[in-house]
Amino acid sequence: MNLVNIFITALLTENVVLTKFLGICPFIGTSKSRKSAISMGLSVMLVVTLSSIITYFLYHYLLVPTNTEYLKTVLFVLVIASFVQLLEILLKRYFKSIHKMLGIYLPLITTNCAVLGIVLLNITNDFSFIEMLVYSVSSSLGFTFVIYLFSSMREKIENSDVPAPFRGYPIALITAAIMALLFSRYV
Amino acid sequence: MKTILNGIFKENPVLVLLLGLCSTLAVTTNFENAYLMGICVIIVLTFSNITVSLIKKIVPKNVEVPVYILIISTFVTILELLLEHYIKPLYDVLGIYLPLIVVNCIVLGRALSVASKSNIRTSFKDAIGIGLGYTFVLMIIALFREVIGNNTLTIMSSTSKLTGYKLVYKVFDANTLFPMNILITPAGAFLTLGFLIALFNFIKGGKKNESR
Repeated sequence: MNLVNIFITALLTENVVLTKFLGICPFIGTSKSRKSAISMGLSVMLVVTLSSIITYFLYHYLLVPTNTEYLKTVLFVLVIASFVQLLEILLKRYFKSIHKMLGIYLPLITTNCAVLGIVLLNITNDFSFIEMLVYSVSSSLGFTFVIYLFSSMREKIENSDVPAPFRGYPIALITAAIMALLFSRYV
Repeated sequence: MKTILNGIFKENPVLVLLLGLCSTLAVTTNFENAYLMGICVIIVLTFSNITVSLIKKIVPKNVEVPVYILIISTFVTILELLLEHYIKPLYDVLGIYLPLIVVNCIVLGRALSVASKSNIRTSFKDAIGIGLGYTFVLMIIALFREVIGNNTLTIMSSTSKLTGYKLVYKVFDANTLFPMNILITPAGAFLTLGFLIALFNFIKGGKKNESR
Protein backbone atom coordinates (compact mmCIF):
# COMPACT_ATOMS: atom_id res chain seq x y z
CA MET A 1 0.00 0.00 0.00
CA ASN A 2 2.86 2.30 0.88
CA LEU A 3 4.38 1.89 -2.56
CA VAL A 4 1.08 2.67 -4.29
CA ASN A 5 0.81 5.69 -2.05
CA ILE A 6 4.27 6.93 -3.03
CA PHE A 7 3.48 6.35 -6.69
CA ILE A 8 0.23 8.32 -6.72
CA THR A 9 1.52 11.23 -4.63
CA ALA A 10 4.68 11.62 -6.69
CA LEU A 11 2.76 11.38 -9.94
CA LEU A 12 -0.13 13.70 -9.16
CA THR A 13 -0.59 15.51 -5.87
CA GLU A 14 3.07 16.24 -5.25
CA ASN A 15 4.06 16.56 -8.86
CA VAL A 16 7.70 17.65 -9.16
CA VAL A 17 6.97 20.41 -11.62
CA LEU A 18 3.76 21.87 -10.31
CA THR A 19 4.24 21.65 -6.57
CA LYS A 20 8.00 21.41 -6.02
CA PHE A 21 9.00 23.66 -8.92
CA LEU A 22 11.73 21.31 -10.09
CA GLY A 23 12.61 21.38 -13.77
CA ILE A 24 10.76 24.58 -14.56
CA CYS A 25 13.38 25.67 -17.09
CA PRO A 26 12.80 22.75 -19.48
CA PHE A 27 9.10 22.84 -18.61
CA ILE A 28 8.85 26.36 -20.03
CA GLY A 29 11.70 26.09 -22.52
CA THR A 30 11.06 22.86 -24.40
CA SER A 31 7.28 22.70 -24.28
CA LYS A 32 6.58 24.59 -27.46
CA SER A 33 5.80 21.43 -29.41
CA ARG A 34 4.51 18.05 -28.30
CA LYS A 35 7.36 16.21 -29.96
CA SER A 36 10.13 18.02 -28.10
CA ALA A 37 8.16 17.70 -24.86
CA ILE A 38 7.99 13.92 -25.22
CA SER A 39 11.70 13.68 -26.06
CA MET A 40 12.63 15.78 -23.05
CA GLY A 41 10.33 13.76 -20.81
CA LEU A 42 11.77 10.45 -21.94
CA SER A 43 15.36 11.65 -21.48
CA VAL A 44 14.55 12.82 -17.98
CA MET A 45 12.90 9.50 -17.11
CA LEU A 46 15.90 7.54 -18.32
CA VAL A 47 18.49 9.69 -16.56
CA VAL A 48 16.56 10.08 -13.30
CA THR A 49 15.88 6.38 -12.88
CA LEU A 50 19.40 5.23 -13.63
CA SER A 51 21.23 7.99 -11.79
CA SER A 52 19.13 7.58 -8.66
CA ILE A 53 20.13 3.91 -8.54
CA ILE A 54 23.80 4.87 -8.85
CA THR A 55 23.63 7.68 -6.31
CA TYR A 56 21.66 5.53 -3.86
CA PHE A 57 24.45 2.97 -3.72
CA LEU A 58 27.17 5.60 -3.65
CA TYR A 59 25.50 7.41 -0.77
CA HIS A 60 24.79 4.36 1.36
CA TYR A 61 27.96 2.40 0.68
CA LEU A 62 30.53 5.14 0.19
CA LEU A 63 29.50 8.38 1.91
CA VAL A 64 27.75 7.02 4.98
CA PRO A 65 30.51 4.58 6.07
CA THR A 66 33.19 7.23 5.58
CA ASN A 67 31.12 9.89 7.36
CA THR A 68 31.27 12.35 4.47
CA GLU A 69 27.56 12.89 3.82
CA TYR A 70 28.16 16.61 3.32
CA LEU A 71 29.86 15.83 0.03
CA LYS A 72 26.63 14.53 -1.48
CA THR A 73 25.89 17.62 -3.59
CA VAL A 74 29.32 17.60 -5.23
CA LEU A 75 29.30 13.85 -5.78
CA PHE A 76 25.76 13.69 -7.17
CA VAL A 77 26.34 16.51 -9.60
CA LEU A 78 29.48 14.79 -10.82
CA VAL A 79 27.67 11.47 -11.18
CA ILE A 80 24.82 13.04 -13.16
CA ALA A 81 27.12 15.06 -15.41
CA SER A 82 29.40 12.15 -16.25
CA PHE A 83 26.49 9.73 -16.54
CA VAL A 84 24.71 11.93 -19.06
CA GLN A 85 27.90 12.13 -21.09
CA LEU A 86 28.35 8.37 -20.97
CA LEU A 87 24.74 7.73 -21.89
CA GLU A 88 25.05 10.01 -24.88
CA ILE A 89 28.11 8.16 -26.17
CA LEU A 90 26.46 4.75 -25.62
CA LEU A 91 23.22 5.75 -27.30
CA LYS A 92 25.05 7.27 -30.23
CA ARG A 93 27.02 4.09 -30.71
CA TYR A 94 24.41 1.39 -30.13
CA PHE A 95 20.91 2.89 -30.28
CA LYS A 96 21.01 5.35 -33.12
CA SER A 97 17.24 5.79 -33.35
CA ILE A 98 16.82 6.72 -29.67
CA HIS A 99 19.77 9.06 -29.88
CA LYS A 100 18.25 10.76 -32.89
CA MET A 101 14.97 11.25 -31.05
CA LEU A 102 16.47 12.60 -27.80
CA GLY A 103 19.14 14.54 -29.68
CA ILE A 104 19.93 17.89 -28.14
CA TYR A 105 17.81 17.32 -25.04
CA LEU A 106 20.18 14.87 -23.44
CA PRO A 107 23.08 17.27 -22.67
CA LEU A 108 20.60 19.81 -21.33
CA ILE A 109 19.67 17.40 -18.56
CA THR A 110 22.90 18.01 -16.66
CA THR A 111 21.57 21.36 -15.52
CA ASN A 112 17.99 20.19 -15.09
CA CYS A 113 17.05 20.71 -11.47
CA ALA A 114 14.50 17.89 -11.64
CA VAL A 115 17.26 15.28 -11.83
CA LEU A 116 19.39 16.56 -8.96
CA GLY A 117 16.23 17.43 -7.03
CA ILE A 118 14.72 13.95 -7.23
CA VAL A 119 18.05 12.33 -6.43
CA LEU A 120 18.47 14.53 -3.36
CA LEU A 121 14.87 13.98 -2.27
CA ASN A 122 15.47 10.23 -2.38
CA ILE A 123 18.13 10.75 0.26
CA THR A 124 16.33 13.30 2.43
CA ASN A 125 13.15 11.19 2.48
CA ASP A 126 15.11 8.19 3.80
CA PHE A 127 13.69 5.79 1.24
CA SER A 128 14.52 2.10 1.05
CA PHE A 129 15.76 0.79 -2.29
CA ILE A 130 12.34 -0.25 -3.64
CA GLU A 131 10.66 2.94 -2.42
CA MET A 132 13.44 4.97 -4.00
CA LEU A 133 12.93 3.18 -7.31
CA VAL A 134 9.16 3.74 -7.29
CA TYR A 135 9.60 7.38 -6.30
CA SER A 136 12.12 8.12 -9.06
CA VAL A 137 10.07 6.43 -11.77
CA SER A 138 6.79 8.02 -10.73
CA SER A 139 8.27 11.50 -10.24
CA SER A 140 9.86 11.52 -13.66
CA LEU A 141 6.69 10.03 -15.15
CA GLY A 142 4.83 12.92 -13.53
CA PHE A 143 7.28 15.33 -15.16
CA THR A 144 6.69 13.77 -18.59
CA PHE A 145 2.93 13.72 -18.09
CA VAL A 146 2.71 17.38 -17.11
CA ILE A 147 5.13 18.63 -19.76
CA TYR A 148 3.15 16.76 -22.44
CA LEU A 149 -0.19 18.19 -21.29
CA PHE A 150 1.35 21.64 -21.10
CA SER A 151 2.85 21.46 -24.59
CA SER A 152 -0.44 20.48 -26.17
CA MET A 153 -2.04 23.47 -24.47
CA ARG A 154 0.71 25.78 -25.65
CA GLU A 155 0.29 24.67 -29.24
CA LYS A 156 -3.28 25.91 -29.02
CA ILE A 157 -2.28 29.16 -27.30
CA GLU A 158 0.25 29.93 -30.05
CA ASN A 159 -2.63 30.35 -32.48
CA SER A 160 -4.86 32.47 -30.28
CA ASP A 161 -4.98 36.21 -29.85
CA VAL A 162 -3.17 37.09 -26.62
CA PRO A 163 -2.66 40.70 -25.41
CA ALA A 164 0.82 41.86 -26.41
CA PRO A 165 2.50 42.07 -22.98
CA PHE A 166 1.28 38.56 -22.14
CA ARG A 167 2.58 36.91 -25.30
CA GLY A 168 5.14 34.17 -24.83
CA TYR A 169 6.26 33.36 -21.29
CA PRO A 170 3.65 35.22 -19.20
CA ILE A 171 0.67 33.41 -20.70
CA ALA A 172 2.57 30.13 -20.39
CA LEU A 173 3.15 30.77 -16.69
CA ILE A 174 -0.49 31.67 -16.13
CA THR A 175 -1.53 28.46 -17.89
CA ALA A 176 0.84 26.61 -15.59
CA ALA A 177 -0.81 28.32 -12.62
CA ILE A 178 -4.19 26.96 -13.61
CA MET A 179 -2.69 23.49 -14.06
CA ALA A 180 -1.03 23.74 -10.65
CA LEU A 181 -4.39 24.59 -9.15
CA LEU A 182 -5.86 21.40 -10.59
CA PHE A 183 -3.00 19.29 -9.31
CA SER A 184 -2.76 20.75 -5.83
CA ARG A 185 -4.50 19.11 -2.94
CA TYR A 186 -5.53 22.39 -1.36
CA VAL A 187 -8.56 22.78 -3.59
CA MET B 1 28.06 50.70 -12.65
CA LYS B 2 26.70 50.13 -16.12
CA THR B 3 27.34 46.39 -15.92
CA ILE B 4 25.53 46.25 -12.59
CA LEU B 5 22.46 48.13 -13.83
CA ASN B 6 22.49 45.99 -16.94
CA GLY B 7 22.15 42.92 -14.73
CA ILE B 8 19.25 44.39 -12.81
CA PHE B 9 17.14 45.69 -15.69
CA LYS B 10 18.17 44.89 -19.23
CA GLU B 11 19.45 41.38 -18.61
CA ASN B 12 17.44 40.56 -15.53
CA PRO B 13 18.00 36.81 -15.06
CA VAL B 14 14.44 36.01 -14.04
CA LEU B 15 12.26 38.45 -15.97
CA VAL B 16 14.17 38.56 -19.25
CA LEU B 17 16.33 35.45 -19.45
CA LEU B 18 13.88 33.17 -17.57
CA LEU B 19 16.69 31.47 -15.65
CA GLY B 20 16.68 30.10 -12.15
CA LEU B 21 12.94 29.79 -11.98
CA CYS B 22 12.88 26.78 -9.64
CA SER B 23 14.20 28.64 -6.63
CA THR B 24 12.39 31.84 -7.60
CA LEU B 25 9.05 30.11 -7.36
CA ALA B 26 9.83 27.85 -4.44
CA VAL B 27 11.27 30.14 -1.78
CA THR B 28 9.09 33.20 -2.29
CA THR B 29 6.35 32.26 0.17
CA ASN B 30 8.15 34.29 2.77
CA PHE B 31 9.92 37.65 2.39
CA GLU B 32 12.84 36.74 4.59
CA ASN B 33 13.57 33.47 2.79
CA ALA B 34 13.47 35.32 -0.51
CA TYR B 35 16.14 37.88 0.28
CA LEU B 36 18.32 35.39 2.12
CA MET B 37 18.15 33.05 -0.88
CA GLY B 38 19.12 36.03 -3.02
CA ILE B 39 22.14 36.69 -0.81
CA CYS B 40 23.16 33.01 -1.03
CA VAL B 41 23.02 33.18 -4.82
CA ILE B 42 25.00 36.44 -4.87
CA ILE B 43 27.72 34.84 -2.74
CA VAL B 44 27.96 31.68 -4.84
CA LEU B 45 27.79 33.61 -8.09
CA THR B 46 30.50 36.07 -7.07
CA PHE B 47 32.94 33.41 -5.91
CA SER B 48 32.33 31.13 -8.86
CA ASN B 49 32.63 33.96 -11.37
CA ILE B 50 35.93 35.12 -9.87
CA THR B 51 37.34 31.58 -9.74
CA VAL B 52 36.26 30.77 -13.28
CA SER B 53 37.74 34.00 -14.54
CA LEU B 54 41.02 33.22 -12.77
CA ILE B 55 41.41 29.74 -14.24
CA LYS B 56 39.83 30.33 -17.64
CA LYS B 57 43.13 30.01 -19.50
CA ILE B 58 44.11 26.60 -18.14
CA VAL B 59 40.74 24.86 -18.62
CA PRO B 60 40.44 23.02 -21.95
CA LYS B 61 37.31 23.94 -23.88
CA ASN B 62 35.81 20.44 -23.98
CA VAL B 63 35.72 19.90 -20.23
CA GLU B 64 34.52 23.40 -19.40
CA VAL B 65 31.07 22.44 -18.12
CA PRO B 66 32.10 19.67 -15.68
CA VAL B 67 34.94 21.81 -14.28
CA TYR B 68 32.67 24.79 -13.73
CA ILE B 69 29.93 22.67 -12.17
CA LEU B 70 32.50 21.23 -9.80
CA ILE B 71 33.66 24.72 -8.79
CA ILE B 72 30.10 25.89 -8.24
CA SER B 73 29.14 22.84 -6.22
CA THR B 74 32.18 23.29 -4.00
CA PHE B 75 31.10 26.81 -3.10
CA VAL B 76 27.53 25.66 -2.56
CA THR B 77 28.71 22.91 -0.21
CA ILE B 78 30.77 25.42 1.78
CA LEU B 79 27.74 27.68 2.03
CA GLU B 80 25.57 24.73 3.06
CA LEU B 81 27.92 23.78 5.88
CA LEU B 82 28.14 27.37 7.11
CA LEU B 83 24.37 27.81 7.10
CA GLU B 84 23.77 24.49 8.81
CA HIS B 85 26.07 25.56 11.59
CA TYR B 86 25.12 29.21 12.05
CA ILE B 87 21.54 29.63 10.76
CA LYS B 88 19.92 26.22 11.23
CA PRO B 89 16.28 27.40 10.80
CA LEU B 90 17.09 28.89 7.40
CA TYR B 91 18.93 25.75 6.38
CA ASP B 92 15.86 23.68 7.23
CA VAL B 93 13.45 25.99 5.41
CA LEU B 94 15.46 26.22 2.20
CA GLY B 95 15.90 22.44 2.25
CA ILE B 96 16.83 20.98 -1.11
CA TYR B 97 16.63 24.34 -2.83
CA LEU B 98 19.99 25.23 -1.29
CA PRO B 99 21.96 22.42 -2.99
CA LEU B 100 19.92 23.13 -6.12
CA ILE B 101 21.82 26.43 -6.52
CA VAL B 102 24.39 24.17 -8.23
CA VAL B 103 22.06 23.54 -11.14
CA ASN B 104 20.58 27.01 -11.02
CA CYS B 105 21.04 27.95 -14.65
CA ILE B 106 21.98 31.52 -13.67
CA VAL B 107 25.26 30.55 -12.04
CA LEU B 108 26.44 28.14 -14.72
CA GLY B 109 25.12 30.37 -17.48
CA ARG B 110 27.11 33.35 -16.22
CA ALA B 111 30.24 31.24 -15.78
CA LEU B 112 30.02 30.07 -19.38
CA SER B 113 28.87 33.26 -21.06
CA VAL B 114 30.71 35.96 -19.11
CA ALA B 115 33.33 34.78 -16.62
CA SER B 116 35.10 32.41 -19.01
CA LYS B 117 35.57 35.24 -21.49
CA SER B 118 36.33 38.35 -19.46
CA ASN B 119 38.73 39.60 -16.79
CA ILE B 120 38.16 39.41 -13.05
CA ARG B 121 36.82 42.94 -12.71
CA THR B 122 34.12 42.52 -15.30
CA SER B 123 33.05 39.09 -14.05
CA PHE B 124 32.88 40.38 -10.49
CA LYS B 125 30.68 43.30 -11.53
CA ASP B 126 28.55 41.03 -13.65
CA ALA B 127 28.03 38.64 -10.74
CA ILE B 128 26.93 41.48 -8.45
CA GLY B 129 24.56 42.89 -11.06
CA ILE B 130 22.93 39.61 -11.99
CA GLY B 131 22.77 38.56 -8.34
CA LEU B 132 21.09 41.83 -7.35
CA GLY B 133 18.66 41.54 -10.25
CA TYR B 134 17.73 38.05 -9.08
CA THR B 135 17.35 39.14 -5.45
CA PHE B 136 15.26 42.11 -6.48
CA VAL B 137 12.73 39.99 -8.36
CA LEU B 138 12.59 37.46 -5.54
CA MET B 139 11.85 40.22 -3.04
CA ILE B 140 9.07 41.70 -5.16
CA ILE B 141 7.38 38.34 -5.67
CA ALA B 142 7.75 37.38 -2.01
CA LEU B 143 6.43 40.71 -0.79
CA PHE B 144 3.32 40.31 -2.90
CA ARG B 145 2.77 36.66 -2.07
CA GLU B 146 3.36 36.90 1.65
CA VAL B 147 1.42 40.08 2.32
CA ILE B 148 -1.64 39.06 0.34
CA GLY B 149 -1.45 35.32 0.73
CA ASN B 150 -0.58 35.08 4.40
CA ASN B 151 -1.32 38.57 5.73
CA THR B 152 2.12 38.82 7.36
CA LEU B 153 5.45 40.36 6.52
CA THR B 154 8.50 38.52 7.83
CA ILE B 155 11.61 40.65 7.79
CA MET B 156 13.69 38.82 10.35
CA SER B 157 12.71 35.56 11.95
CA SER B 158 15.00 32.62 11.23
CA THR B 159 18.13 34.75 11.60
CA SER B 160 16.86 36.24 14.86
CA LYS B 161 19.21 34.12 16.95
CA LEU B 162 22.16 35.63 15.11
CA THR B 163 21.04 39.26 15.09
CA GLY B 164 18.92 39.42 18.22
CA TYR B 165 15.93 40.98 16.47
CA LYS B 166 12.65 39.44 15.47
CA LEU B 167 10.53 41.40 13.04
CA VAL B 168 7.27 39.82 11.90
CA TYR B 169 4.40 42.15 11.09
CA LYS B 170 0.72 41.54 10.62
CA VAL B 171 -0.35 43.70 7.71
CA PHE B 172 -4.14 43.95 7.61
CA ASP B 173 -6.69 43.73 10.39
CA ALA B 174 -8.83 40.63 10.35
CA ASN B 175 -11.23 40.81 7.42
CA THR B 176 -12.95 38.53 4.95
CA LEU B 177 -10.78 39.29 1.92
CA PHE B 178 -7.31 38.62 3.28
CA PRO B 179 -5.43 36.35 3.49
CA MET B 180 -5.98 34.93 0.04
CA ASN B 181 -4.46 31.52 0.53
CA ILE B 182 -4.16 30.81 -3.16
CA LEU B 183 -1.08 33.05 -3.45
CA ILE B 184 0.84 30.90 -1.01
CA THR B 185 0.09 27.73 -3.00
CA PRO B 186 2.28 26.79 -6.01
CA ALA B 187 -0.40 28.08 -8.36
CA GLY B 188 -0.02 31.53 -6.82
CA ALA B 189 3.69 31.46 -7.55
CA PHE B 190 3.16 30.81 -11.26
CA LEU B 191 0.43 33.42 -11.39
CA THR B 192 2.49 36.14 -9.68
CA LEU B 193 5.52 35.54 -11.87
CA GLY B 194 3.38 35.50 -15.01
CA PHE B 195 1.80 38.83 -14.19
CA LEU B 196 5.14 40.33 -13.14
CA ILE B 197 6.75 39.43 -16.47
CA ALA B 198 3.71 40.78 -18.31
CA LEU B 199 3.98 44.04 -16.35
CA PHE B 200 7.70 44.23 -17.10
CA ASN B 201 7.03 43.66 -20.82
CA PHE B 202 4.32 46.30 -20.72
CA ILE B 203 6.63 48.93 -19.20
CA LYS B 204 9.43 48.02 -21.59
CA GLY B 205 7.07 48.11 -24.57
CA GLY B 206 5.84 51.54 -23.52
CA LYS B 207 9.39 52.88 -23.36
CA LYS B 208 10.21 51.50 -26.78
CA ASN B 209 7.25 53.26 -28.33
CA GLU B 210 8.19 56.58 -26.71
CA SER B 211 11.73 56.50 -28.04
CA ARG B 212 10.43 55.92 -31.51
